[in-house]
Amino acid sequence: MTATAPDVAIVGVGATDYYRRGQSWPRTINELAGEAILAACEEAGLSVKDIDGFAYYSEAGAGYGSKFDTGLFMETLGIPEVTFTATLTSGGGGAAGSIGLARAAILNGDANVVVTVMALQQAQQRLGSVFAASAPNPINSFLQPSGLSGPGHLMSVLTRRHMHDYGTRREAFAEIAISQRQNALNRPKAIMRDPITLEDYFNARMIADPLCLLDFCLETDGAIAVITTSLDRAKDLKQKPVPVVAAAHGGSREWGRAFSWFGMPQETFASSGHASVAKHLYRRAGVGPEDIDVALIYDHFSPMVLMQLEDYGFCKKGEGGPFVESGAIRYKGGSLPVNTHGGQLSECYIIGMTHIKEGVEQMRGTAINQVDGAELALVTGGPAAMPVSGLILGKHL
Amino acid sequence: MSAGLTQALPGEQVRITTDPHTEPFWEAAKEGRLVALACGDCGTFRMPPTPFCPNCQSKAKNWVELSGRATVFSFSIVHGFPGIKDIVLAAAVLDLEGAPGARLVSDIVDVDPDDVHIGMEVEAFFSPISDGWKLPLFRPVTTG
Repeated sequence: MTATAPDVAIVGVGATDYYRRGQSWPRTINELAGEAILAACEEAGLSVKDIDGFAYYSEAGAGYGSKFDTGLFMETLGIPEVTFTATLTSGGGGAAGSIGLARAAILNGDANVVVTVMALQQAQQRLGSVFAASAPNPINSFLQPSGLSGPGHLMSVLTRRHMHDYGTRREAFAEIAISQRQNALNRPKAIMRDPITLEDYFNARMIADPLCLLDFCLETDGAIAVITTSLDRAKDLKQKPVPVVAAAHGGSREWGRAFSWFGMPQETFASSGHASVAKHLYRRAGVGPEDIDVALIYDHFSPMVLMQLEDYGFCKKGEGGPFVESGAIRYKGGSLPVNTHGGQLSECYIIGMTHIKEGVEQMRGTAINQVDGAELALVTGGPAAMPVSGLILGKHL
Repeated sequence: MSAGLTQALPGEQVRITTDPHTEPFWEAAKEGRLVALACGDCGTFRMPPTPFCPNCQSKAKNWVELSGRATVFSFSIVHGFPGIKDIVLAAAVLDLEGAPGARLVSDIVDVDPDDVHIGMEVEAFFSPISDGWKLPLFRPVTTG
């Protein structure tokens, strides 16, 4: 069915508890990350001493403002030797693509058991005002004075243009928020478990009009680690392997620094920037959007889910609004269940890792909101500055 | 000023830094002139100013003085800023007249937020910020 037989698989996922912003303290961010790594090893049936590779994204960022250090992980967890330690550049756009980096290490023979980890702890710096807090530099001096103080503020400008060009309505963004909240209601670890209505959405405080509070992802703390190894080795481990069908990261020059630049041509401006990556991803996988059974779409801001649905070909460019409003993305009754875990809008935000976790559970057949018969899951990284990324996971037969 | 009109961040809170490629923009702003960088060889505009022309890779620079008029390509009405809870900003991405392909991100001030729209014509003025620099801000073009 797919273009080539998968060669690597995800074999373990570990997660900490999820917390509202700042509430994970007094546990440190390295403690959260270490706990997730140990949990992922335990789940896989591996010893932490088996880890010989680290494949990060977001420049090995430990949330925002601090960095992971592989040597410190080795020292604190007792990992004897590492033969690969690398990261994708930029930010959360690389979340899904980090599994491709792990795959590259394994296929190249650089490492055998590769961990990808992300943790977020917002005790000091809130993500929501990260740009306002950063020191001025010659490039951001062309953006920062405008008062666009966080990522959602920047993406509200893209959203406005999408609404203008295609007639997209706020009702579509509401449907994304409402449907994902619906998916979180039965999840013990979800931060938000009260249903929301269209009325709640339209009564929510405007933050960066056209985006309101319910369009913004949660500000939470937690850590998730994922272990990737060769499919051969995976077969001997504790969990049913989840094959990596394809992974891709990158982006076009027209997207580039995206909303840190705002110079994108019109069609790219009102997009998620994923179009070129989606093309590579499907080609590598040998499948198309019609083959995807469940989509775990990076949802830092609800309109960017809609624009990714367009860029990944689930509907035509500009038709994301009607597609979403038709109920197509609902877990119950939708043609393409989206963010069955509640996503970053309702479950927990760990910079894309919850989407990989849910993709793995869907392909194992163990998801809380399991999509019956699902055989291919799409996982995406955040629409953000280059790179953006995508991942297709399959079911081990 | 009516409480409902858009503002800009207080100038004393706005800081910029420059490098050799960006400094001419800010030096011109200090003198009340809006300029944009064009390639000295092929004429392609680029903003923010960077070392190479992305079209022909030339390092030759031509700083072009503009009319100061611009058109709103997109915008956001921002409610609040860290430390300034009640401020309302009309943060806009602007197409600059006379510099096709070059955009500037700035604020449209002294306007009812409901009046801001894509395609709106605005014009620059220059407002003091920290360290003696001036920031280009925009107001609607006054007709008649």
